[in-house]
Amino acid sequence: MPDPIRMRIKLTDDVADVRVLIGHPMETGLRKDAKTGELVPMHFIETVSATLNGKVVLEAQWSRAIARNPYLQFRIRGAKVNDEIGIAWIDNRGETNSAKATVPPSS
Amino acid sequence: MSWTTSISTKPRRAMNRLRRLLLKTATIGASAALAYAALAPLKVFAALWPAAAFEAKTIEEALKAAGVIDPVTCEGIAIKAPEIAENGAQVPVEITSQLPGTRSIYIFVDKNPQPLAGTFEFREGAEPFVSTRIKMGESSILRVVVNSDGKFCMATREVKVTIGGCGE
Repeated sequence: MPDPIRMRIKLTDDVADVRVLIGHPMETGLRKDAKTGELVPMHFIETVSATLNGKVVLEAQWSRAIARNPYLQFRIRGAKVNDEIGIAWIDNRGETNSAKATVPPSS
Repeated sequence: MSWTTSISTKPRRAMNRLRRLLLKTATIGASAALAYAALAPLKVFAALWPAAAFEAKTIEEALKAAGVIDPVTCEGIAIKAPEIAENGAQVPVEITSQLPGTRSIYIFVDKNPQPLAGTFEFREGAEPFVSTRIKMGESSILRVVVNSDGKFCMATREVKVTIGGCGE
């Protein structure tokens, strides 16, 4: 199982501010294993998509240069309380993970 | 990995994976179904991963391969990034575009082994804003390109890196 995705959503008027932390090693293929001295094979997320109530609002294509355990923040206009925001990713090995969360009331 | 192999094998692999995931989650109910809904469009995008642009080794080649045509330096792109990044493995970058009709944002690091770090495409509803963290191998120009209605606008920032982050 891939590492979990954590999401935090804050609604201000009709804009949902979404902060996402994705557990992923994002290996560049250039890093040497400290013990074996061997290069750790490339392993990185290539594509991430974000949805609002199932409709795609953001699509990101990534390289190995996105930092380990990627952080992604974006904003969706027209969001309401209880709307569902989804995140899904797929990496260069075809592994995937997804998560969803509902928009909480403004605090 | 060549361009052709990445096209021919990846969607199939992703498809099988998604099929397994669907079978596994079918009994869990509505929440699993929604997670699957988020994954469905993903496999389409994954097939479009622009390998040539990501593997280009110079900024000129990367811009060209990413389809950035005649970029002009313009106002209206705000880049928030540290002047000095102590850790090149985690460099925060925040971009806000005020250009009307912003469709996508590209992040390039001129001196990285492969300059294109990522692209972000905004659909209806998404604000032209993104914040993430990138790796920088050494001090470099950070180059942000915005595609607004097919026109390419560019802004740059210089980021000094104390400890490079490419081996991370």
